[in-house]
Amino acid sequence: MQKVTREILLAKAAELLSSGTVNRVLGWKAGEFTYDVTPALFTTAAELEKDFVYGPFSGANFSKYLVKETRRDEGKVLVFLKPCDTYSFNQLLTEHRFDRERVYAVGIPCDGMADIQRIKAQAGDGICGVDCDGDNLIVHTLYDGDKTLAMADCLAERCVNCKSKKHVAYDELIGETGEVIDSHRFDEVEKLEKMTEDERFAFWQNELSRCIRCNACRDVCPACTCEKCVFGNPESGVENKAIADSFEEKMFHVIRAFHVAGRCTDCGECSRVCPQNIPLHLLNRKFIRDIDNFYDEYQAGAEVGQRAPLVNYKLEDLEPSEAVERSCDHA
Amino acid sequence: MRKCSLTNLDALLRTMADTATVYLPVDGSDGRAHFTKWEDGVKMSEALNTVRSAKDFFFPQTENLVDFKVEGKTIEVIDTREECEDFVIFGVRACDVRSFEILDRVFLADPVDTYYKNRREHGIIVSMACNKPSETCFCRTFGIDAAAPGGDIVCYKTEDALYLDALTEKGQALLAKLDALTEECDTAAADAQKDLIRDRLDKLPLNNLSADAFGGDKLDTFFNAPEWKELSATCLGCGTCTFVCPTCQCYDIKDFKTNKGVQRFRCWDSCMYSDFTKMAHGNNRNSQLERFRQRFMHKLVYFPANNEGIFGCVGCGRCLSRCPISMNIVKVMKKLGGNA
Repeated sequence: MQKVTREILLAKAAELLSSGTVNRVLGWKAGEFTYDVTPALFTTAAELEKDFVYGPFSGANFSKYLVKETRRDEGKVLVFLKPCDTYSFNQLLTEHRFDRERVYAVGIPCDGMADIQRIKAQAGDGICGVDCDGDNLIVHTLYDGDKTLAMADCLAERCVNCKSKKHVAYDELIGETGEVIDSHRFDEVEKLEKMTEDERFAFWQNELSRCIRCNACRDVCPACTCEKCVFGNPESGVENKAIADSFEEKMFHVIRAFHVAGRCTDCGECSRVCPQNIPLHLLNRKFIRDIDNFYDEYQAGAEVGQRAPLVNYKLEDLEPSEAVERSCDHA
Repeated sequence: MRKCSLTNLDALLRTMADTATVYLPVDGSDGRAHFTKWEDGVKMSEALNTVRSAKDFFFPQTENLVDFKVEGKTIEVIDTREECEDFVIFGVRACDVRSFEILDRVFLADPVDTYYKNRREHGIIVSMACNKPSETCFCRTFGIDAAAPGGDIVCYKTEDALYLDALTEKGQALLAKLDALTEECDTAAADAQKDLIRDRLDKLPLNNLSADAFGGDKLDTFFNAPEWKELSATCLGCGTCTFVCPTCQCYDIKDFKTNKGVQRFRCWDSCMYSDFTKMAHGNNRNSQLERFRQRFMHKLVYFPANNEGIFGCVGCGRCLSRCPISMNIVKVMKKLGGNA
């Protein structure tokens, strides 16, 4: 399979800019230490040449930025989409959240992205740079020289449990698209389901008690595109910038999980950005698994325009009461 | 200066805990350090710093200010304040120690915030020099020396011992209580540790970051700088940077309606949020660019303008490691200062 490189993406972006197909590019911008890549808008080939990067830290999903970008009446924007990003892209289109005509989407293959926290757990703090060397990462440290780590040991959780290498949306593809993967992404959910109620409550209590209500999970989430979030609206009566009590922090996350149920594509951005390392994706995966079990397999974002089981009605649907019962049974 | 063998660290903490509640950085189940109450068996983290800063001790994320009890047409105002008990924060880094001085300038200036003052007066700060500063550290940019932190007691940790030096009367009183576990010593070992740390600080990637381009008189230079557009273009508008920041001090005061009255509480606010300082006429910062600019202008221009040139950043690097899009004050300073 063709390995996608910075140079290939640069050439593509430069070509699309110069032909006038697009007038700006959503891409990853180099940071101070290799791993701190920032999503950025580039408007010229020179800017791209200077700062554009693509590598193991280009994990950010750009789909949600298209909501804002396509509202600017400035021609087309080029967006690079990894397979998992294309599901968010389709889901947003299904919800009519951005103007498809103002986007030029280039699908790019992905072998998985690195998680700097996993790297630091192995190489220690003080990481000044990271280079790729085949299947390894060469990590330049402040105190222990260079360390070689296997990329497989540095992958983000969402990449270890990658659900699909298939691009479900694009105008053009670089390299080849892959297949949907029979992943192990529900293993952790099963473990939680096998816990007793008390154990499960204690698990979430411990995880969610670290929440600082920064709202990063909501603000990065491609399924959270309400114009005004109920939790950010002073008129709503439930607006909170802070944890009022130990119940409130759970309420926020559970309500958010309900709200994105059937729409969450499991892109994993929520867990990636959480400053407190809360495994928020597990809440969403529980919903995905229940929907799969109760209403047949369903992958949000697989196709544009598909009707999600929770907003569709079929005669053979199980009764809500039965869903609750079965959910409790195996829970 | 006093010396305590590391084998006696537990006993030292226990003795401290006999006089006051002790909080120290401890590794949590998430593999990261958090300030945690010391109890038997609790081990101090080796991590350079905690995810949340130590400001929480003096300026908690939420606190109740006053209750109103409503009965018929009468409203009773209930002062819910209680005198805080003494507590020790052990293992505070130089950056966080400086952050307290910055918070003091806000909360202890007239009119004094008595809620803050109460906790501040009862808190004893035991600082710890940074043996292994991280790539994200840039405290030197703001004149802070990670090899010589402030506080009531300063500590230096070597392979086998902890060296303690009292810097204030509060610190002397606490150190005196630890006499049985410590011995008098010269400063040679601590000085060697300082030299080692300063040598390491010299080699940090952000060692040359300068704040010279910024200051209280730079409002006109930067307020309308075209760079803000690019810098803020992909900001998510979340509150991570403000909530992990040791110096962000903005808060909101809200009323929570109970059945019988009102609980008035305050909670951290974030200038990144769309309803920050919203008033009857609406919001004075309607775009994310304006909100983003507010945060950095506050640290680099407005705060020094009102505080004898002191910057509102301590270079702890928390925003560098936690921002979901890896945008942060270093990138802002380099871009605006013409170094990016």
